[in-house]
Amino acid sequence: MSTPLLQVDNFHCERDDRVLFRNVHFALNGGEILQVVGHNGCGKTTLLRSLSGLSTYANGNITWRGRQVSEVMPQYRREVLFHGHLAAVKHLLSPRENLRWFVDIFNSDGGDIDAALQAVGLFGYEDIPCGNLSAGQLRRVALARLLLSPAMLWVLDEPFTAIDVHGIAMLQEMLQQHIGKGGAVLLTSHQSIDVPEVRSLNLEMFK
Amino acid sequence: MSAQDSLMVGMWATLRRELTLLWRRKSDSLNPLLFLLMVSSLFPLGVSPAPDVLALLSPGIIWVVALLACLLSTESMFRSDYDDGALELFLLNPQPLYFHILVKVLAHWLLTGIPLAVLSPIIALLLNLPTEAIPILVTSLVLGTAPLVFIGAIGAALTVGLRRGGVLLSLIVLPLYVPVLIFGADAVKRAAEGSPVPGQLAILAAFFMLSFALAPLAAAGALKISVDS
Repeated sequence: MSTPLLQVDNFHCERDDRVLFRNVHFALNGGEILQVVGHNGCGKTTLLRSLSGLSTYANGNITWRGRQVSEVMPQYRREVLFHGHLAAVKHLLSPRENLRWFVDIFNSDGGDIDAALQAVGLFGYEDIPCGNLSAGQLRRVALARLLLSPAMLWVLDEPFTAIDVHGIAMLQEMLQQHIGKGGAVLLTSHQSIDVPEVRSLNLEMFK
Repeated sequence: MSAQDSLMVGMWATLRRELTLLWRRKSDSLNPLLFLLMVSSLFPLGVSPAPDVLALLSPGIIWVVALLACLLSTESMFRSDYDDGALELFLLNPQPLYFHILVKVLAHWLLTGIPLAVLSPIIALLLNLPTEAIPILVTSLVLGTAPLVFIGAIGAALTVGLRRGGVLLSLIVLPLYVPVLIFGADAVKRAAEGSPVPGQLAILAAFFMLSFALAPLAAAGALKISVDS
């Protein structure tokens, strides 16, 4: 079998003198979705943030395409996209300006911003300041980044927050297309995901 | 696209974004200017309106008030990026954080420090600073506000995760401001007396270069810690 995209071993987290999880291990191949489940406060967000490199609360062994992450950091940063609780959308900028900056700093050239905005249902809102958009629309601007990014692995923390029924269907379709192209998804959600390739990882098994 | 090219594209994108944001949130760059104007105009009322007294005090007054105006504007430097999560994108993109912070603080300086220097001749007239010292005042403020803003960025990065970091920010930053103040105010004072001041300006330029090169490094490290907590 070929090497998995992401291989996590012996991942553990201790926070405020409590062990949140220990010896978490999983492998994620292209074309797979892994849903991390567990009750509130069991460390799902901490796990995802640590895997993305935003947090150091959880530690362990991460390999990317068979190599230690620390050795391939720039590549890892390019190929992994983290989508967190916060939309990271500037209220004073329009959706197009927000995404322009994202595309330029992640060097995902070739991304068509207008097409991405249209795909997430924001056609006609390209030049309106994001401060005038609703919470759900802001999440959609953030989701448009998924379409513009060349990342292989999407790390999504509660991606279904604040979006409506159509948005959920749209995101599920985006997930399906992404894994269809050989990408992988690691996500947390309390929503059941209507895609056949979903596996789940119960963090409570790793107490 | 080569690594250098993509870095330039990324830095340029961050510069454009920061300038657009600061331009659309004008109060952030107008506040320090109004602060300078208002506080300076209180000195003739509070201390003495006598022209010779003001001429003696004005180099120090202008420099101290400009320093406080810079301090006033630093707290907001990373605040909104921290609150809305954009800081995570700064940290997670494949380019070194150092260059993004450098550009971000540079934009902040262009729209707060430089306007302070541009406005300073008016304050100088208000406070009866000898006119021959005005070019030195402007030069010293152009050179001196950059280290103030860059040092302020370190403090802002350290305290951005705290809800009420304002006092702590001042405590961290003010001691580091002192050398800049000493040489900046001294340059203007000497110039008002008619002495040449290449030494003071050279030291200010050295602070400028040093803070420009090193402060983003410290601020980048501090931001990583702030986002992690």
